[in-house]
Amino acid sequence: MNSDYILEMKNITKEFPGVKALDNVTFSVKKGEIHALCGENGAGKSTLMKVLSGVYQYGTYEGQIKINGVEKKFESIKESQEAGIAIIYQELALVPELSVAENIFLSHELMRKKIINWDKIYAESQKWLEYIGLDIDPQEQVKNLTVGKQQLIEIAKSLTRNTELLILDEPTAALTESDVELLKGILRDLKDKGVTCIYISHKLNEVLDLADNVTILRDGQSITTLPREGLTENEIVTNMVGRELSEMFPYEPREIGEKVLELKDYSVWNPNSHRPIIDKANLTLKKGEILGLSGLIGAGRSELFMSLFGVKVGKNKSGQVFINGDEVSIDSPADAIKNGIGYVSEDRKRYGLVLGMDIIKNTSLVTINNFTKKKIINSEEELHNVEQVSKKMKLKASNLESIVGTLSGGNQQKVVLSKWLLGNPQILILDEPTRGIDVGAKYEIYKIINELAESGVSIVIISSELPEVLGISDRILVMSEGKVTGEFSREEATEEKIMALATGGRENGIIKE
Amino acid sequence: MGSLKNDNNQGFLNRLSFKFDLRDYSLFIALLLIIVIFGFLTGGEFLSSRNISNLFSQMSVIAVLAIGMTLIIVSGHIDLSVGSLAGLTGGIAAILQVWYGWDTFAVIIVALIVGALLGLWQGWWVAYRAVPAFIVTLGGMLIFRGILVGLSQGRTIAPLDSSFRVFGNSYLPFIFGYILVGISIALLIYFTIRKRKRRKDLNLLLSHPAIDYGKVTLYSVVLLGLTYMLNRYYGIPTPFLIVIFLAIIFVFVTNKTTFGRYVYAIGGNAEAAALSGINIKRNVLNVFVLMGVMSAIAGILLTARLNAATVSAGDMYELDAIAACVIGGTSLMGGRGRIVGSIIGALIMASIDNGMSMMNIPTFWQFIVKGLILIIAVWIDISSKKQES
Ligand SMILES: Nc1ncnc2c1ncn2[C@@H]1O[C@H](COP(=O)(O)OP(=O)(O)OP(=O)(O)O)[C@@H](O)[C@H]1O
Ligand SMILES: [Mg+2]
Repeated sequence: MNSDYILEMKNITKEFPGVKALDNVTFSVKKGEIHALCGENGAGKSTLMKVLSGVYQYGTYEGQIKINGVEKKFESIKESQEAGIAIIYQELALVPELSVAENIFLSHELMRKKIINWDKIYAESQKWLEYIGLDIDPQEQVKNLTVGKQQLIEIAKSLTRNTELLILDEPTAALTESDVELLKGILRDLKDKGVTCIYISHKLNEVLDLADNVTILRDGQSITTLPREGLTENEIVTNMVGRELSEMFPYEPREIGEKVLELKDYSVWNPNSHRPIIDKANLTLKKGEILGLSGLIGAGRSELFMSLFGVKVGKNKSGQVFINGDEVSIDSPADAIKNGIGYVSEDRKRYGLVLGMDIIKNTSLVTINNFTKKKIINSEEELHNVEQVSKKMKLKASNLESIVGTLSGGNQQKVVLSKWLLGNPQILILDEPTRGIDVGAKYEIYKIINELAESGVSIVIISSELPEVLGISDRILVMSEGKVTGEFSREEATEEKIMALATGGRENGIIKE
Repeated sequence: MGSLKNDNNQGFLNRLSFKFDLRDYSLFIALLLIIVIFGFLTGGEFLSSRNISNLFSQMSVIAVLAIGMTLIIVSGHIDLSVGSLAGLTGGIAAILQVWYGWDTFAVIIVALIVGALLGLWQGWWVAYRAVPAFIVTLGGMLIFRGILVGLSQGRTIAPLDSSFRVFGNSYLPFIFGYILVGISIALLIYFTIRKRKRRKDLNLLLSHPAIDYGKVTLYSVVLLGLTYMLNRYYGIPTPFLIVIFLAIIFVFVTNKTTFGRYVYAIGGNAEAAALSGINIKRNVLNVFVLMGVMSAIAGILLTARLNAATVSAGDMYELDAIAACVIGGTSLMGGRGRIVGSIIGALIMASIDNGMSMMNIPTFWQFIVKGLILIIAVWIDISSKKQES
């Protein structure tokens, strides 16, 4: 018995029909450390954590799990929770209709004589919210919060139980830089208090910043565990992908053409609200250009382009939209698609995919009319086209008839991208296109973005990851509170300049000096 | 330049493996089990030509409703008015014919149009006014029944012309039955060969010939056997023929048309479907119009079989139709369901009615058993889904 280790997983094997998700994985975590788990999309990270937390019950996998030296056979999540394990999933698991406090204490409500003690719940929630640095009303409904805030509430929720081992599965995928800093602070704090943490992330800088040890999975196998000291991003990547990677952003300067899209004084607002959602945005996009859009979550970036794409984000809108010099009016996504616009949403599960459908049908959903004769689908042609684009995207799946909901996060994102690429759009809006995607796949996606731009597609990329925006954009716009607050060419942009504009548009003049 | 290309996924994609869907087979097994049990308990009488013929006639009305209901449920909605609507459209047809002497062709056309218009009315409320389908069709259930009572003044309307009764009470002559089966088998073989050739031309992976042609052989044997049994009585019942015809059309619509694809996408994730440029409202409206037409067809079959229209015709049929869909694997959450499943569901429901009445078990037991089967069917469905994930 080795009590140094809070967790020992030995020879874990987990199979799904047609896929060996985990193959003899061994994984040990020391007490009180932050242990990072890295690997490409589909490497098996989430599956390993689901095995650990009882989502996949004992008996549906092979191998042994020991907590504090004692073998455990979890039959349910509840049992793993009782053993002090809390897991925060890649997919948020809050109840949108309930309040923040109700969510935090869901399933372990504070009681007084069998009656829920609301005063105490609100008071306690307030305490936890303050502790993690969130300034929100515990009675607020969760659905009114941004994804970033919801993520932090999930963490608060898990802290309220006596958690010894906290598992975070890509907690920062949806967070802005400042929220990420906040989270890192919280995790270090917890570590000092003796909480052990397993941290899964595709953001290697975070991993290096936080972790004491890094375990790497590849194709369902545990490759190695490396101590933080002396570790470099390159070393992690090399282990993850099984070969060396020399550059992160495949940027190549290219010829930029005529104006394709122009917005003039584009505004969106609700009649009763004091602040417009989008406030007189002016912007242009040229043929073959990659336009980066930076800003904090809630700055109105997604709203601006969703509205442009014909989704109703506010009651009223005004201003002009020109495509190839002609004024157009876009009132529905169908109109936008007719005008050659594609939109990859930041929330792929909600807006991007029909999770219960297979890869083929999801991929062809937008373009299905290209594969029909008199509204009748030519399945072979459909399949043929889907297969080609999937290959181009290097999609990993046991076959194209797999249900999209069973794919790993990164592969799901590739399906969304394929869906739009199949339509050969002239303007492609990518909202957080690499969220939850591993370095290798990211590189592939950047390469595809570059190739698309090279072939004349104009691309807008909305991203909260500054290095990404800086790395692939020809030009960068910054938005703050519904306004476009600044513009930089690729050469003049720096993280500092962008952050300054993103956090407060009014300092505009000072920054420009 | 560092390439991250991962070569070992090349072979992955074109391997379209033979799909083994447990749910499909569990349905067939359930049906087989029911047939065997009743066959045994009735000393073989359940499997007599006469009874099989009766069974198929009896299930036709619910099967037609279940076909339409599948699309409704897949699109994420529900329709509680189909029983009343079938009663109303059947009643209107009977009134026009018996009281006003219209000929059969004309009354059928009118019934279909009324069905479509009332479907349009309900679809408009659901799609364009965003009133939940449960409420709209609950309203429709009362409204249509009310109209029927008003129009018929509470009387039973009979008898209908023999040309009308054909739809409920006639049989296809033996020889046509065999010709039809012959044509079906020929088409089956033709389509299988064509599909294989097209996939081959496109360099797509083929399932093993033994699997494809094995299926063809199996279907052919079942078709021939069934026709033989039915021909030993009076031949294939016309209403059943209509069900088969509608089933083929709807299977085609769901699998091969953009409309069908959109319905599944809308039911699976309406927001994602909308962002893919699909017109949700119009497609939902169309689903309800189709349901209206199917209700009218069911109403015609029902009136023809009873040779009368009554104020209570079609009462509670909506529940049987919904149950048939659910037993057949259609998810009430939307996005998942199959026409063939729903028809087998309808057959299972009808078999229980039929088998239990043959055994002289009191009617109340039929309700209890059907209720239990419904719950168990959904439970099997849910637990098999859990195992997958
Ligand atoms: N329920 C399931 N049914 C079938 N296959 C599954 C299921 N869940 C996961 N898989 C497969 O198991 C493999 C591992 O998936 P997993 O989600 O653990 O990857 P991951 O490392 O978390 O990837 P990501 O970084 O993209 O989240 C993938 O090939 C995935 O398609
Ligand atoms: Mg994962």
